[in-house]
Amino acid sequence: MSSVVQGLAVQPAKKRSSGLLTYRTRKRLVPYFYIAPATLLFSVLMLFPMIMVFRYSLMDGAIMKKDAAFVGFQNYLTIFRDAIFWQAFGQTLYFTVMSVVFHFLIGLAFALLLNTQRIDPAVRSLLRVLYILPWLFTAVIIAIIWRLLLDPNGVVNSVLMALHIVDFKVEWFSSTATALHALTFANIWAGYPLYMVSLLAGLQGISKELYEAAGIDGANELQKFWYITIPQLMPIIISIALLDFIWTMQVFPLVWMTTGGGPIYSTEVLSTYTYKLAFSQYEFSLASASAIIILVISMSVTYFYIKHQKGR
Amino acid sequence: MKATKLLATAALWALCSTAAFADTTIEFIQWWEPEMPAGALRGIMDDFEKANPGIKVTLVSGPYATTRDQIVVGAASGTLSDVVGLDGAWVNGLAKQGAIASMDPLMANAKYDAGQIADIVKVDGNSVMFPLASFVYPVFVNLDLAKAAGVDKIPGTRTEFADAAKKMTDAARNQYGWVLPLSLQNPGGIQNDVMSWTWASGGSMLKDGKPDLENESVVGTLEYIKSLHDAGVISPGIFAKKEQDKVEEFVNGRVGMMVDSLAHINLIRERNPKLNFGIAALPAVDGYTGKRGLPYASWGIGISEGSKHKEEAWKLVEYLMSPDVNGRLVSIANAFPGNVNAKPDFSTSDPLFEEAFAIFQSGHLANEFVGLPVAEELMRQMGIEVQKMFDGSETAKEAAANAQKQWLTKF
Repeated sequence: MSSVVQGLAVQPAKKRSSGLLTYRTRKRLVPYFYIAPATLLFSVLMLFPMIMVFRYSLMDGAIMKKDAAFVGFQNYLTIFRDAIFWQAFGQTLYFTVMSVVFHFLIGLAFALLLNTQRIDPAVRSLLRVLYILPWLFTAVIIAIIWRLLLDPNGVVNSVLMALHIVDFKVEWFSSTATALHALTFANIWAGYPLYMVSLLAGLQGISKELYEAAGIDGANELQKFWYITIPQLMPIIISIALLDFIWTMQVFPLVWMTTGGGPIYSTEVLSTYTYKLAFSQYEFSLASASAIIILVISMSVTYFYIKHQKGR
Repeated sequence: MKATKLLATAALWALCSTAAFADTTIEFIQWWEPEMPAGALRGIMDDFEKANPGIKVTLVSGPYATTRDQIVVGAASGTLSDVVGLDGAWVNGLAKQGAIASMDPLMANAKYDAGQIADIVKVDGNSVMFPLASFVYPVFVNLDLAKAAGVDKIPGTRTEFADAAKKMTDAARNQYGWVLPLSLQNPGGIQNDVMSWTWASGGSMLKDGKPDLENESVVGTLEYIKSLHDAGVISPGIFAKKEQDKVEEFVNGRVGMMVDSLAHINLIRERNPKLNFGIAALPAVDGYTGKRGLPYASWGIGISEGSKHKEEAWKLVEYLMSPDVNGRLVSIANAFPGNVNAKPDFSTSDPLFEEAFAIFQSGHLANEFVGLPVAEELMRQMGIEVQKMFDGSETAKEAAANAQKQWLTKF
């Protein structure tokens, strides 16, 4: 690639008018050559599949029928008329918002703890390793860990019963009353280290002079936290929260491997709803429509993320 | 000298490559290789290649779920392997999609005796799948736990089963009579652990190929398992429990009885060599004297419609279904044969296999989900209704009626 570009850029003057393209045109094309590999990859791996899925969503019986017909937005209407879709939508929203909020709160608390000078450096290093552990596990491992912990005969129930907090075996993942909360809890546990690491880096970048000046002005610790720490971390908080919102909204493996969307429909989220349409009912057109709806929601959040990044 | 060497090398290469080009390579996708001892399936393929010079077999192997997804995608994109390992739950969809071929013309061409096949799965009258190996689902009983609870006979009827389950249950010690997995992730529990009770008593969930869930035998089954649930004899966590959890609880001695695949006998022995357990046919309704339906799962085999080597693919199917090879394969896999003339060798197997073979021969294979459209989705829909019934928001009759309504939209 570089030799091509070099060749284009250092053409001798006498040959400038030879060939199909003029020297100026070729020079103008150079930047496009630079971005060509990335554009090609993006087109093949992302744009093309997205266009295909959108096309499927406008057809009746895509993939399954050889003579699939164009039906416009009929599949979208079918999805919007399905009560289970709206239940899944509401539960996805609950799962996502709770996860993002608690990821932030726990991540911030641990970041502050690891940033404080009051703890011995050796202990801090140890805590840093321990706190980051959930992030190192794959979704499968996280699902297995929480299925074992929250089993009716598991450790959590044993501890709660020993402490007389509950007097019966709670079926955390198996009861419609608790399954969604248990699932959200597991996801919160799995995701807070991202915030912790990012906010810790942000905290270490805040100038100490700001705190000293505030101290001279008579600000207490809470005021310093509220008027210095939070505003200084705000760009990081917004960036991660938006990304976390997009990622969490699409979480599939953890939900699938713990509850499979059940019991009944109590933990059905948009990703499991779409998966079942595609791979259980073989309704690929409806699944494509559902996938496009998820894409649109994700893109609308992405818009705010890009706007925020530009604003910086 | 150098030129001569070069010429000789080139000639050798040309010869080898010509030979290689003369071979037809067929792909065989299945999930069986990882479930068999290392190299066992490849060994059978090597023997096939020796017996059929000019045909090479490439095995495409993976776990069950991955293989299923690969087959769905392959069927959609027209890149399905030549020979396809099939589960009865997928057959209808793949056949309707035109992804798997009718084997009738291939059988006719080869003048194949279809009478030797134990069960041919047909969709719209076309033979699309042969069950190569069947894994029956008897009741496993923890004999020590049963004895300690005062159960001196393996239950043969529903009443005996309920009594035994009650006696074996001691919730204070985390000990239960029965285990029922109803996770919606893999809704196979509906087939193996719920509807199997209907088939064992000669009942059916279909009438003229259409859903018939409101009949007495199905509603009776639902009422029966609800009564077990209400009696508190089922291990808790039913709605999130999967098949592996079921086996785990049995292995750990936490449940007295389970309905499970014979394929798990070795696994249970490995995990808990001290566990003293026996097997029996699934209990039937009191007074039933007919043949017991035995629920089963199978390794089915079929041929891709898009295959350019159907003749070669058929040769492989025919080879695997032949009495000797079929007998050898099922002996390794601890399954029962798809060819009625195959004689599995249980001499090196667990003694329970011989016992199971006797149960197999005295009953008949029964799995009405095989060949149904979107079978897995049907199980999931019924699973949701059974969950509602256990939750108390529906009666057994309502659960059956609601499932019936949903099933009818899929037929």
